[in-house]
Amino acid sequence: MILNGVNKNNANHYHRLGHLPRFADSGNAARRAGRSDGRTAPPMREKAIVTQVDGAAAGAPIIEMSGVCKWFGEFQVLKDIDLLVRTGEKFVVCGPSGSGKSTMIRCINRLETHQQGRIVVDGTELTDDARDISAVRSEVGMVFQQFNLFPHLTAIENLMLGPVRARKMSRKDARERAEFYLERVHIPEQADKYPGQLSGGQQQRVAIARSLCMEPRIMLFDEPTSALDPEMISEVLDVMTELAESGMTMICVTHEMGFARRVADTMVFMDAGEIVETADPETFFGSPRSDRCKRFLQQILGH
Amino acid sequence: MAFLKPGAVRIAAVCMLALLVTGCSANWGWYVVSPTTKTGMSNLLFLLGGLRYTLLLSFTAILISIVLGLLVALPGLSDNRYLKLFNRTYVEFIRAIPILVMILWVYYGLPQLGDIKIGVFWAGVIALALSDSAFQAEIFRAGIQSIHRGQYEAAQSVSLNYVDTMRFVILPQAIKRILPALGNQLVYMLKMSSLVSVIGMQELTRRANELVVTEYRSLEIYTILVLEYLVLILIVSAGVRWLERRMRADERG
Repeated sequence: MILNGVNKNNANHYHRLGHLPRFADSGNAARRAGRSDGRTAPPMREKAIVTQVDGAAAGAPIIEMSGVCKWFGEFQVLKDIDLLVRTGEKFVVCGPSGSGKSTMIRCINRLETHQQGRIVVDGTELTDDARDISAVRSEVGMVFQQFNLFPHLTAIENLMLGPVRARKMSRKDARERAEFYLERVHIPEQADKYPGQLSGGQQQRVAIARSLCMEPRIMLFDEPTSALDPEMISEVLDVMTELAESGMTMICVTHEMGFARRVADTMVFMDAGEIVETADPETFFGSPRSDRCKRFLQQILGH
Repeated sequence: MAFLKPGAVRIAAVCMLALLVTGCSANWGWYVVSPTTKTGMSNLLFLLGGLRYTLLLSFTAILISIVLGLLVALPGLSDNRYLKLFNRTYVEFIRAIPILVMILWVYYGLPQLGDIKIGVFWAGVIALALSDSAFQAEIFRAGIQSIHRGQYEAAQSVSLNYVDTMRFVILPQAIKRILPALGNQLVYMLKMSSLVSVIGMQELTRRANELVVTEYRSLEIYTILVLEYLVLILIVSAGVRWLERRMRADERG
């Protein structure tokens, strides 16, 4: 119950943050995001405020995984995963393909089911109970590698569907909220376009806004830039960086090490279904302990 | 009639021209349906009057069969063994019954089950809808299965429940994909509705049969019947294709 109280407080913090006209902007984010409409850059907000709010709220565990195991048939994809994420923390998960990174974060909102161990998200343990799953999902936003936008709906309709159907918001309120978040990902002008008419980077930003529209307390990113053309990666990473600066709790599976250095509180390295190493970015990149991690970093940073 | 493309009109014109040319030989007696004489005109109107029932019958039956088909398809997509079994049993059983047999069973057989009274029209609708629903179920199953898993995951991640996921995310996309198949079924249904003539439904085929009995001009009367179905189905398929174009236009803009 104490835990719940803290979380509710934080929800209010976040809610207020969310409705400030705009969150911290790295300045060139808007430019890189392709805003060529000549509007002036949005007002900067002092980072310090955000950090302070973070500092006040951080600390309460929001995701706890302990002894989580999962098998696909005979093959064990997750081996005894322990992970503790506190409110406001940003985790970046990396590792070779097939190491179980995606599977791990997909377990957090029950897109995959674990067979052993415990996963507790925001005080709710994930079991087969459909109501618990739905409660967790409404707190956890997810961004996919392939965007998974609804192709038959316009960008703004994509954003409105969850709030209107799952949150029972009125269409008017949902539209306002959707417009707000489209603004936040810097593409208000694309509201009435269909996903097929948008570039990959724009689609992924719509997908991020769609998740934010549910006002989640945790955001999961499953290789959000892996399906993008290189020139579109930065516009998506910029949005993610801004989101991180606003105090969102995030777990990102990504190979974008520049982003990881900039944003992560904690780096997680996975290999063969295990968490091999967990460290702050400085230690992680500076002096990785395990050989597997060293080799991996050499491979992706080497060229 | 914006959806009537020149293609459909041209096909109909060529068919009619061919008939007109052959129809001018001595063996034909077009007087029986000629609009210039009084009996000819009333015969023609009698034949065309069946159109109303054919349309009513086919469209009611297809609507019911689409709903039934969907209700049967959804359990087939679940992970539950028994729901799957229900789907398979229904499809295999219904699909094995010839439509004519189904019509006879519903009209003559079913009332003996108890104190059930079914009129000709509803017997026809029920028989056609049941027969078609098995095919609709398979079409829907294929359509829904063709939707990428990511769409379900995205819907789940914005907390949509099963019904909303189907209604707002999966079915709109699936229906767009199965539209050609649904159009096919509609054409098929229009043709199969002719079988309901055997229980006395006053649709196109029944009326032609009755007129042949009194006028003895089967060649002309059945030729008119062929043309009636031809025109009807050309219009319907043009309509379906127009719908397909319109739905696709949505996404490309």
